Amino acid sequence: MSHLFKRAALALCCAAWLAAGGPVLAGDAKPEAKPEAKPLKLTTTADHTKFKQLQKTFNSGPEVTKACLECHTEAAGQIHRTKHWKWEFLNPATKQTLGKKTVLNNYCISIASNQASCTSCHVGYGWKDANFDFKSETNVDCLACHDTTGNYRKPPGLAGNVVTKDMEFPPGSGRILKAIDLSKIAQKVGKTSRDTCGACHFNGGGGDGVKHGDLDSSMSAPEKELDVHMDATGLDFTCATCHKASSHDVAGSRYTPTAKDAKGAHVRGQTGMGNPATCVSCHDSAPHKKEARLNQHASKIACQTCHIPSFARGGVATKMTWDWSTAGKRDAEGKHIVTKDAKGRIIYESRKGSFTVGENVIPEYAWFNGHVEYTLLTDKIEKTGQLTPINKLGGSATDGKSMIWPMKVFRGSQPYDPVNKTLITPHTAGNDDTGFWKNLDWDKAIPVGMKDSGAPYSGKFEFIETEMSWPITHMVAPKEKALGCVECHSKESRLAGIQGIYIPVRDNNRLLDTIGWGVVLLTLLGVLAHGALRIVTGRRHS
Amino acid sequence: MAERIYVFKRFERFWHWSQAGLIMFLMLTAFDIHGTYTIFGFEKAVAYHTIAAWSLMGLWVFAIFWHFTTGEWKQYIPTTEKVMAMAQYYLFGIFRNAPHPFRLTTLRKHNPLQRLAYLGVMLFIGPLIWITGVLYLFYADWPELGLGGLQLEWVATGHVIGAFLMLAFLIAHVYLTTTGHTPTAHIKAMITGWEEVD
Repeated sequence: MSHLFKRAALALCCAAWLAAGGPVLAGDAKPEAKPEAKPLKLTTTADHTKFKQLQKTFNSGPEVTKACLECHTEAAGQIHRTKHWKWEFLNPATKQTLGKKTVLNNYCISIASNQASCTSCHVGYGWKDANFDFKSETNVDCLACHDTTGNYRKPPGLAGNVVTKDMEFPPGSGRILKAIDLSKIAQKVGKTSRDTCGACHFNGGGGDGVKHGDLDSSMSAPEKELDVHMDATGLDFTCATCHKASSHDVAGSRYTPTAKDAKGAHVRGQTGMGNPATCVSCHDSAPHKKEARLNQHASKIACQTCHIPSFARGGVATKMTWDWSTAGKRDAEGKHIVTKDAKGRIIYESRKGSFTVGENVIPEYAWFNGHVEYTLLTDKIEKTGQLTPINKLGGSATDGKSMIWPMKVFRGSQPYDPVNKTLITPHTAGNDDTGFWKNLDWDKAIPVGMKDSGAPYSGKFEFIETEMSWPITHMVAPKEKALGCVECHSKESRLAGIQGIYIPVRDNNRLLDTIGWGVVLLTLLGVLAHGALRIVTGRRHS
Repeated sequence: MAERIYVFKRFERFWHWSQAGLIMFLMLTAFDIHGTYTIFGFEKAVAYHTIAAWSLMGLWVFAIFWHFTTGEWKQYIPTTEKVMAMAQYYLFGIFRNAPHPFRLTTLRKHNPLQRLAYLGVMLFIGPLIWITGVLYLFYADWPELGLGGLQLEWVATGHVIGAFLMLAFLIAHVYLTTTGHTPTAHIKAMITGWEEVD
């Protein structure tokens, strides 16, 4: 016992001496070996630079995939079952077939006939038209998600293929696409990151921040103010921290979102916990420790409503409207026009039409129960004078499944077939005669796109005004920046348009106020008159 | 020479003034919450209003206990006797220096109109405010309490009606304190417990 104690005391003394800079100051001491460098916190047990399969020159993406599959034998099969691969999704509630292959929006509208451009964001190689082989394992693109170098590129127009030799693209343009070193990239593969997910999801709609409003390049290394979870010097969440994948299938969906998570925080081992990407899946349904009243609010209000005070907060503007009807103008020399606003943001392009953009945008709010119904090419639509919904979000104050959600509502006008009463999928991207972005000719672009969609086209087109709702869920601010009460509890309430619920102050009864103050005023006048009369008569008596 | 009667016991005076303070503070925060003006702002006003409301309810528990154990509750039994005389006095007599029709004693310290008014406050305005107020506080628990059919709008409306009535009462009440033997006689009585009577 005493022996142990002595050793412990000695060790303690040594430690203190070392801490005081012992060996440096004490010249007579034997120089100690340098303390070992702190080992890197490896998140993997495999160093891919050591694999023979990857120590070679790769001339194409599929060659890399082939090498990956030698070890990761089941990976491609897992990918094949996902939305990321199929771009197809059957909504079990509405029975609608959705997915990027099928849906339209009011940004770039549709991938039909534009695959070679759009599939630069496909997790595959070579999807240039309807003949793409969805069974091919080597067509799976591992690097799009697992690159860690930031050098991986899939330029639009190459059907998701990569450039391994410098090439001029489009041919004759004089623009050179630089080759990337697939060997280096393959040897450095790792987990997905904000950058790999962001390479596509930050650029939805054809550019940085265009589509979502709550996803843009500012989220690749955000500050705490912008996103309390992803804060690059703080919690440093990646997308996958919440969007937890299972067998390569990433959690979370815009087709079947979880509007109200009543299942509480997830517990290990417990099954049937639902979507792991909801706030509740970590924070549980009563997360406010100090103010019980806020937990009461959480029974009707989505967390996002208060905790995302505005979107596009990171300095990247998001598109708010897009008017295709003004597209196609040329300048005096017959060239395409690009107009920018004072901040250098594009507000008109001959190829695309007119835009408005926004930063720090206050969302619109709506009851939302997770039910989303799309207007597809097969749906008949009428010009009613109201905006045609591209997606209809279900929800009401009374269905018991809805919460009040913040939305980016994107509005615009886009081509429409007034005879067949359908939306239109124009051929936009493509270095060919019929591509609208090249020749600005709707009459050539529309039939090609509609044919690729397999939809009838009458030959006539107009423009129809549409709107599309995007529930906002990213860019969660620190709690100090959450909305204060008066943002909603005031006459200028953010929730001005929310029906079916009584919101104190917003819904004060004006008649009651008038009567109430009337009663108070009459009482006051009554006592004042009475008092005055007492003073007057009192004087007379004295 | 005026006679002095001890009408308000120590607890009663404590009850009255702390209740007065709490009600006035509740009024102040109430109309801040209501959006009539901004002093504390909605968020803080709600917090203060809630604290003051719980304090007042606590005070009432003591006051009710006191009234029943001392039998003082009998002071509020309504009577029709001399009600008309009181009304006539306030409407006419008071201007003619007519004698007060009611002579208070320790056992009848409130005149008939006061009895009616205070009983109204205690049986109608008070309960309206605190029942709607408590419901308001536990809004999220209604379904569990079997009150799922209740509408927040009704509760809020009731609470606001109560607030206006209480404010009107407060104004009339404060004014009527000046109608004693001297303008400050009633107020002094409420502070010292001793009322001067003719």
